[in-house]
Amino acid sequence: MIEERFDAIVVGAGMGGNAAALIMAERGLKVLQLERGEYSGSKNVQGAILYADMLEKLIPNFREDAPLERHLVEQRFWIVDERSHTGIHYRSDDFNEEKPNRYTIIRAQFDKWFSQKVREAGATVLCETTVTELLQDSHGRVVGVRTDRDGGEIHADVVVLAEGVNGVLGTGAGLRGRPKPDKVALAVKEMHFLSRETIDARFNLKGDEGLVIEAAGTISRGMTGMGFIYSNKECISLGIGCLVADFQRTGETPYGLLEGFKRHPSVAPLIEGSEVKEYSAHLIPEGGYKAIPQLCGEGWVVVGDAAQLNNAIHREGSNLAMTSGRIAAEAICLIKSRNDPMTAKNLSLYKKLLNDSFVIKDLKKYKDMPALMHTHSQNFFLTYPQLFSKAMQDYVRVDGTPKLEKEKLMLSSFIKARSWSGLFSDALRIARAWR
Amino acid sequence: MPSEPSRRVEDKLFYNRYLVDSGRAHIKVRPHTTPSSRLLSMLKACPARCYELSDKGHIEVTVDGCIECGTCRVICEESGDIEWSYPRGGYGVLFKFG
Repeated sequence: MIEERFDAIVVGAGMGGNAAALIMAERGLKVLQLERGEYSGSKNVQGAILYADMLEKLIPNFREDAPLERHLVEQRFWIVDERSHTGIHYRSDDFNEEKPNRYTIIRAQFDKWFSQKVREAGATVLCETTVTELLQDSHGRVVGVRTDRDGGEIHADVVVLAEGVNGVLGTGAGLRGRPKPDKVALAVKEMHFLSRETIDARFNLKGDEGLVIEAAGTISRGMTGMGFIYSNKECISLGIGCLVADFQRTGETPYGLLEGFKRHPSVAPLIEGSEVKEYSAHLIPEGGYKAIPQLCGEGWVVVGDAAQLNNAIHREGSNLAMTSGRIAAEAICLIKSRNDPMTAKNLSLYKKLLNDSFVIKDLKKYKDMPALMHTHSQNFFLTYPQLFSKAMQDYVRVDGTPKLEKEKLMLSSFIKARSWSGLFSDALRIARAWR
Repeated sequence: MPSEPSRRVEDKLFYNRYLVDSGRAHIKVRPHTTPSSRLLSMLKACPARCYELSDKGHIEVTVDGCIECGTCRVICEESGDIEWSYPRGGYGVLFKFG
């Protein structure tokens, strides 16, 4: 039994938990962080892209020693059918700047570094410890946690739930429901190792330049999903994710989808000859604004994936985790400095500050997007990609057909597949949800 | 066009490191005579193929290769088809890259 009492217990050592623990420890709170992995990072899975701005707000000089892979200079969006991709590529030398904006990272390694900063700030980090339940008093107030260590009851004024997408403790304590199959995606990923020179040559990179490819279309076989390829220094992170409800409905296998993506003629040459060193899977919150559970209560707050804070449209998650962790910590520190109790009323400051930040503003902007993408997945992830690919091929292939005739055929193929009203309503729906 | 031979998921799991907590499965399937559609869907949806159909027509889970994603919990826990928790501290999958 740990006899000490803490100002705050942080459950989990991902981006949100580390941000919260760091800020609270820096400001003099007595912080205990609990992590079930062998070390902080060993259970954490992400693509992964790091957004510098949100980390700078926590560790301004992070570039000096953080294990960063490559800074991104190019973004490729692909719409794919079985044999082709139609792409929008954006590359700019502006991204070769003194303080780059986005980096690829390898989460297990990055999180280990992040955790070191948390320890240096004065927090106690206890790994290999699974929190089994939240301790609640007779009024339902959260007063601490129970762990799987012997006699593992630990008390604190406030518990920061940074337990990740599954939100097991929150559910167990009746603070929230389980994630629903249509509100989370399952992504599977492999790490493909190649020499640095090979990666540079295949992706047109030099030095520490990096690149991202995001692909949607027939690779998800009509399900709502997306494939991704991120270049690290000496390996490629390659994965694909689809809604859990879609996997459940279709009987497609995640690894079957991954193999299909790897075999795609636009992808296979990029990873040819690679050595795979890890296979991982992870859930991603996809429900957007409408799926956010209660953010705080008596003696607790929830941050990051555990609060389902993920912007699926822009594929931003870890920065929302870092930001919500930081804001929760700042709110807690402010309440503590006033010697006020960690009541739901006082902790609602976290919710207020989060509402004023880009986190909730962005999620609100796209609040209708998940429903749109999830209910029309056949159109958006199968029919349109096939139509686009066909249209592009007809456009570039020179075969003596008059151009006007080609354009008419193109248009009629779209109308045949979706009808005028279908095309119009799809466009209108996207415009409305995007606005 | 070069294409990698299709790999079985068992081969993928071989890349990973695990510390197996022998005799303490963190996922348990509720005994049943006929599996529910939710349980049956796990035969395909589990990314580590931990779920299998026994000769008697029951769904069984072997958690040694589990990568702790939570997919089966999302599909099967609410209905009581399975009991789900994380492994004890330090056990389970140990990601080197994540």
